[in-house]
Amino acid sequence: MTELSHIRNFSIVAHIDHGKSTLADRLIQLTGTVAERDMKEQLLDAMDIERERGITIKANTVRIEYPARDGQTYVLNLIDTPGHVDFAYEVSRSMRAVEGSLLVVDATQGVEAQTLANVYTAIEADHEIVPVLNKIDLPAAEPDRVREQIEDVIGIDASDAVEISAKTGLGIPDVLEAIVTRLPPPHGGDPDAPLKAMLVDSKYDQYLGVICIVRIIDGTLKKGDRIRMMKTGGTYDVDDVGVYRPAMTHVAALGPGEIGYLNASIKQVRDTRVGDTITHEKRPCATPLPGFKPSVPVVFCGLFPVDANEFEDLRDAIEKLALNDASFTYEMETSAALGFGFRCGFLGLLHLEVVRDRLEREYGIELITTAPSVIYHLYHRDGTRQDLHNPADMPDMSLVDHIEEPRIKATILVPDDYLGDVLKLCQERRGIQLDLTYVGGRAMTVYDLPLNEVVFDFYDRLKSVTKGYASFDYEMIGYREDNLVKMSILVNDEPVDALAMMVHRDRAEMRGRAMCEKLKELIPRHMFKIPIQAAIGAKVIARETLSAMRKDVTAKCYGGDATRKKKLLDKQKAGKKKMRQFGKVEIPQEAFISALKMDG
Amino acid sequence: MRSGNSCRAALTEDWQSGGFGIYIHWPFCESKCPYCDFNSHVAAEIDESRWVRAYLQELDRYAALVPDRLLTSVYFGGGTPSLMAPDTVATVMERIRHIWPVRNDFEVTLEANPGSVEAGRFRGYEQAGVNRVSMGVQALNDDALRRLGRLHSVKEALSAFDVARNQFDRVSFDLIYARQGQALAEWETELKQALNLAVDHLSLYQLTIEPGTAFGDRYDRGRLSGLPDEDLSADMYQATQTLCEDAGFSAYEVSNHARTGSESRHNLIYWRYGDYVGIGPGAHGRVTIGGDRFATETPLIPNAWLDMADAGNGESLCRTLARQDQAEEFLMMGLRLRDGVDLDRYARLRGEPVDAHVLVHLEEIGMILREGQTVKVTEGGRMVLNAVIREFLSG
Repeated sequence: MTELSHIRNFSIVAHIDHGKSTLADRLIQLTGTVAERDMKEQLLDAMDIERERGITIKANTVRIEYPARDGQTYVLNLIDTPGHVDFAYEVSRSMRAVEGSLLVVDATQGVEAQTLANVYTAIEADHEIVPVLNKIDLPAAEPDRVREQIEDVIGIDASDAVEISAKTGLGIPDVLEAIVTRLPPPHGGDPDAPLKAMLVDSKYDQYLGVICIVRIIDGTLKKGDRIRMMKTGGTYDVDDVGVYRPAMTHVAALGPGEIGYLNASIKQVRDTRVGDTITHEKRPCATPLPGFKPSVPVVFCGLFPVDANEFEDLRDAIEKLALNDASFTYEMETSAALGFGFRCGFLGLLHLEVVRDRLEREYGIELITTAPSVIYHLYHRDGTRQDLHNPADMPDMSLVDHIEEPRIKATILVPDDYLGDVLKLCQERRGIQLDLTYVGGRAMTVYDLPLNEVVFDFYDRLKSVTKGYASFDYEMIGYREDNLVKMSILVNDEPVDALAMMVHRDRAEMRGRAMCEKLKELIPRHMFKIPIQAAIGAKVIARETLSAMRKDVTAKCYGGDATRKKKLLDKQKAGKKKMRQFGKVEIPQEAFISALKMDG
Repeated sequence: MRSGNSCRAALTEDWQSGGFGIYIHWPFCESKCPYCDFNSHVAAEIDESRWVRAYLQELDRYAALVPDRLLTSVYFGGGTPSLMAPDTVATVMERIRHIWPVRNDFEVTLEANPGSVEAGRFRGYEQAGVNRVSMGVQALNDDALRRLGRLHSVKEALSAFDVARNQFDRVSFDLIYARQGQALAEWETELKQALNLAVDHLSLYQLTIEPGTAFGDRYDRGRLSGLPDEDLSADMYQATQTLCEDAGFSAYEVSNHARTGSESRHNLIYWRYGDYVGIGPGAHGRVTIGGDRFATETPLIPNAWLDMADAGNGESLCRTLARQDQAEEFLMMGLRLRDGVDLDRYARLRGEPVDAHVLVHLEEIGMILREGQTVKVTEGGRMVLNAVIREFLSG
């Protein structure tokens, strides 16, 4: 256990690619926490996908011992939080466990939307904030301009921002020193009081079961203690307590102000609730911590195995993934078009992609992903409300009085040159402008947008119209009524349920036309011509015709060719398995997602 | 209870619906053509006596495996079999006739390069027992011949063809169309000219880019321009059918046209799913022995095959075909024919009939016609035959 005055707990706030993970790596490296030979990039990001995309999904923590210039050795606990908007809620939770933040800003780029969102979260959590200007070694670095921007946009003093290059290691000792001198030690904390600890995050380890990351407020946590989760009521015997350096390292006890892990043979992540208060069963604390609301999925889609025989494998894989991810929901779904699969809920699009990638990569299951949807509130004429997660479940419109859809407040920062394109994009997506300001050569615009216009390809489109220079963040702001309809897609006169979607009535023709054109490209030609239609109810609003194939015949096929041509046919037969049969028409799996992408 | 008819049916082996033939592969060419994916090699020196010995040994081996067969045809293919000495052909034919009795309309075809040297051997081939030649004319346009890597000129080809026509009653020749940069009208002119020359048979192939050929490599590198798109290739195919039909050369198979009765009896064995013995490097066979149908393959490398044949067996592979594979091969080959396939025969091979839904669907969309238990592909269906077959096989 460490004296409170020698503990500093902090997190790092940064926009993606501004150098958060690299800085964390340098801090770990410079303090000799990890032997040089074990050093690898983005040490804290355990999963392949996290490493690849440069994102952090789960909170990670590492304990660093730092001999400061005052001659004392300090224990620094870093909590590495997710940076992406999908996981904003996780960020806010993790921040409750620490007292300060390093605000890392790329000195060549300046403040971005994600930086803003996360730094405000830090400010709300009463953090002391140390600004750090990274990439100072690059010729394009403009530390003075960025300092000014931090003061203007965020409103914090940046005059003593630490200038560093996480890549070369320049300035890292100053960062360590600033953590000790400028961030506060944990407040209060009585080692003899009843145990009060915050459950910061929990993750599943296939050998150890659930590992909880905890922050001790009062009291002492040791191996052998019997603990109670105050919210969920579960009681467990503690098998082990320790800290991450970043490898799991056993310690005798965790005391006030400390951050570490506990392992108590908890079977699945769902048995724990992030933000819960952990106390001793025999000597509980009087009042629990305020706790957090659980995060709720906002984006839904269907996941179906390409090979229908893999449904059970998919079920296993989804159950295993869910062990480690309580924010991801799933229930079985049956589609006339796609057979058995799951309707899954995600915190956002990135979350969706991460889960889908993991299912495909780690479990080797090829998936068909259906159009992402949000939750619509349907108010029936009889006064009841239905939460619609799947357009396929849309009842007859005559029963529905009105429909409400979720809206978001989106903040976009973009260089002046691209502002026009961004405004146009937001306008096209039914956005209502709330604000437009200029800060240091960049425009910041705030829009009220329907979430359903954003869930699919808004971020891709934004990146493409701004050549990647825009940054984007959002928060949910509630539900509002609008003129929404279900658009069905008919292929060869048969409705394909997996392609049905909710759209605004005014945008239906445009979307319908785009879908039909896309499908015409995506569906291979058949022996007969295929009408592709978009319809609202019985009314066709767009139509394309895929003409019949004209020629596909092998010119030469003699005795010596039989084996080879037969093999080719067998291969094509196997290829047909990757198509889904709708009546007489085969639709390739990728069509279900590609058809939704809107160009231009 | 067993009726007399079904007894007889059981005694009739399936291959008999297609006949029995022997294919002899001569793997050498003077040069390799860039479109050709057949097993051909260019060699400086060839010890022909060794080849004769190997052919004879393999024939003797088959004499023991399938004696008592009535032989429908023999086909000398390649490579360029017209590079063989007529004596070689004569020795092989002598042994074949010694082993198997032959049908009255016994057909012996030899593929010939339309060059002047080859023309000088035609008489010798005829004396050896060859009664039909198939000439690789390929184009009636010198530029096109050069692009196809052919060594002969149109003039040479025509004079070789004249010699052949005088020597043999039955002469066929091949043309390749849908070539790079070829316009529909150009092909029509060329085809009309060909029909004027034609004796009794024509093989008209659309240029196909095969992997592993020089054209295939060029295509993969994006260096093969001017190939027709699907629409032009369809138009060319349709024009070909019309012109040939009008000239009395109807298409009895996807790419083969003949006057009535002059169809290639040997190739019909393949399409009617009969039995054929494949001898020579890279030759394939389908042979029914003791109620099982075997698919045979031989090594592609000439010397490898010679060594194996010398050692007593030239086959590198001989596998039993499952009933489903037999049925599917039968369908895949048979639907190429104007006369179609017999569904009863399919059901006998497969052990179950063709999926009725597939038949109804294909009939509805105009791809097939049914006459009793016979299924024929329509003209539209033939142009997309691969898709029709895929539909059958996935049903």
